[in-house]
Amino acid sequence: MLKGKVHKYGANVDTDAIIPARYLNVSEAAELAKHCMEGIDPEFVKRVQPGDIIMATTNFGCGSSREHAPLAIKTSGVSCIIAKSFARIFFRNAINIGLPLLECDEAVDHTEAGDALEVDLSNGRIKNPTKGKTFTAKPYPDFMAEIISAGGLIEYTKKRLESRGAKSEV
Amino acid sequence: MTLVEKILAAHAGKKRVSPGEFVNVRVDLVLANDITAPIAIREFRRIGVERVFSPHKVVMVPDHFMPNKDIPSAEQAKLVRQFCSQQGTLYFEVGRMGIEHVLLPEQGLVLPGDVVIGADSHTCTYGALGAFATGMGSTDIAAAMATGDIWMRVPPTIKLVYHGSLGKWVGGKDLILYTIGALGVDGALYSAMEFGGDAIDALSMDGRFTMANMAIEAGAKAGICRVDNKTLDYIKSRAKRSYNTYEPDEDAQYSKVIEYDVSAIEPQVALPHLPANTRPISQLGKVEIDQAVIGSCTNGRLEDLEVAAGILAGRMIAPWVRCIIIPGSQQVYLDALKEGLIEVFIRAGAVVSTPTCGPCLGGHMGVLAAGERCISTTNRNFVGRMGSPQSEVYLSSPAVAAASAIAGIITSPEEVTD
Repeated sequence: MLKGKVHKYGANVDTDAIIPARYLNVSEAAELAKHCMEGIDPEFVKRVQPGDIIMATTNFGCGSSREHAPLAIKTSGVSCIIAKSFARIFFRNAINIGLPLLECDEAVDHTEAGDALEVDLSNGRIKNPTKGKTFTAKPYPDFMAEIISAGGLIEYTKKRLESRGAKSEV
Repeated sequence: MTLVEKILAAHAGKKRVSPGEFVNVRVDLVLANDITAPIAIREFRRIGVERVFSPHKVVMVPDHFMPNKDIPSAEQAKLVRQFCSQQGTLYFEVGRMGIEHVLLPEQGLVLPGDVVIGADSHTCTYGALGAFATGMGSTDIAAAMATGDIWMRVPPTIKLVYHGSLGKWVGGKDLILYTIGALGVDGALYSAMEFGGDAIDALSMDGRFTMANMAIEAGAKAGICRVDNKTLDYIKSRAKRSYNTYEPDEDAQYSKVIEYDVSAIEPQVALPHLPANTRPISQLGKVEIDQAVIGSCTNGRLEDLEVAAGILAGRMIAPWVRCIIIPGSQQVYLDALKEGLIEVFIRAGAVVSTPTCGPCLGGHMGVLAAGERCISTTNRNFVGRMGSPQSEVYLSSPAVAAASAIAGIITSPEEVTD
C-alpha cells in the first residue's frame, strides 16, 4: 500500500517542465532529482516527502523521450503518478523503470492538492480518506502487468534471454 | 491492414496484426544520442549480455550538447564513444556527424519498410521514408540492443489527407503546425498518423521529413508517408542493403480519416507555450523578437537553408536580432557552402554553426535570457525550452524565421520580398 500527499498539476506537463534539458549533461538519478519539476514548480523538491503522489490531468509527460524525467520523479521519493492520461513514451519509460502510473479520471476530479491518498497497486484502488471516496484505476494490459511484476524491463529482458538460452541448449 | 500494420506484422512474423495488440517486433536499427545513450549503456550492462545483438544495427550519434559544451557533456560523450568502439557499433564523430534525424536518412541507414526505434522522441522523422520509426526511452533501447527486438502495442492509424496545392510561402512545416493546431498536442496520442493527398505528393522529401518529425507533437507514436518515386529517388544512391515497400490495403481500417483543403492556408506560427497553439501569420499582431534560429531535426535540411537564403540574400538582419543558422549535417553544410548559401547568411549578419541540436533544447549555441523572445524553426516551445523559463519561443517555417530576422518582428515572407 502506497501512502502520500498529492502534488497536483494540470494538462500537458511536458518533460522540459519535469527536468529541464540544461540538467541532462549528467545521468545520475540523485543529481537529476535535485531539479525534479523545476520547470513548473521550483519549490517541489523542498516540499516533496517520501511516498508523495503526483497527480495531473491529461497527457502527463509529453515531449522528449528523456528517461531522466521519470527517473528524477522516482528518485525524488514520489511513489506513483495518477493522471487522466499519459504521453506514450513517458508511460513506457515509467513502467520500464518501475515507477507506477495509474489512469483514473474520477480520482483526479475528486482530489485536491495536499489530500493524502492510499493506493493499492494490486487492484488499482485509490482511497481518499479526506473526501471519503474510493476510486479504481484502469487495469494494466496483461503484457504490461508482466513487465511490472518482473520488476521492470531489464529484469523482464533477463528472464526472456534466460529462457531463450535454455531453449537453445535443449 | 494499414501501412503501419503491414510493417509491424512483417517484423513480428505474423500474417496480420490489429490495433491494440501487443507484439514483439524485430528492429532494423536502434538509435541513441549523447543524452540518452549513457543511461541506455548503463541499463544494457545490467542485463548482463556481452555484445549488442548486431553492431551494424546499433547507431549512436553525439549531437545534443556537441561539440562538447562543458565537462559533464564531454564525460557523457566519452562514455558513448568508448562503448561504440568496444562494441563496434555505428558511430558518427564530431566532424562527420549531423543532427541524428537529418544524418541517418542521408547516410542511407533508414530505408522503406524498416522498423527503427530511437532514444529520441523525434525518431518518428523516418516515417517520411515509409518506415515505422518511433521514439522510446533509454531502457527500451538497452533491451533492444540486447535482444534485437522490442515490445509494441500496435497503434490505430489516423489517415490525414491534404487536398490542394500550397501557396508560395507555405510548406511542410506549415502543414504540420496547422495539423497539430487542429488536433491538439494529444490529438493523436498512441496513434500513427498516415499523411497523404495531392499536397503531400507534391512535397519534397525534405518537406515530408519535417512533417513526420513533428508527429510526436500531436502525441503520435509515428508519422508515415507512402513510398513514391520521390522516396525511391532519394534512397537510390543511398541504400546499401535490400528493403521492402508496403502499401495500405484498399479496405484498411483507419480510426479516423481527416481531410483538409490546404490551398488557402497561410504560413503558420505556434505561439508559446505549446506546439498546438497555432495561428495563421496574419492574425499574430506585432511580435518583436530578439533571436531567430533556423535549423534542427525539423528544418535543418538543404531545402530549408535554400528557402532562408532566398529571403536573406541582399538583405540585412535587424541590428537587434541574433540570427543563428545551423545546417543539420556536414553534408548539408557542404552543399550549402557549394551553393553559396553560407556566404549569403554571413553577409546578411547571421552566425552559421556546426551541426548541433544546441539551442533547440536550451543546451548551447543560443540560449535565451529572461524576457527574450525567439522565432525558431525547431519543434517545441514549452516553458523554458530554449533557456530561461521567462523566455518565449514561437515556432515557424524557415521562410517566416528568415523574414522575421530581417524585420525584427514576426513577419510573413511576403512583407520583406518583392
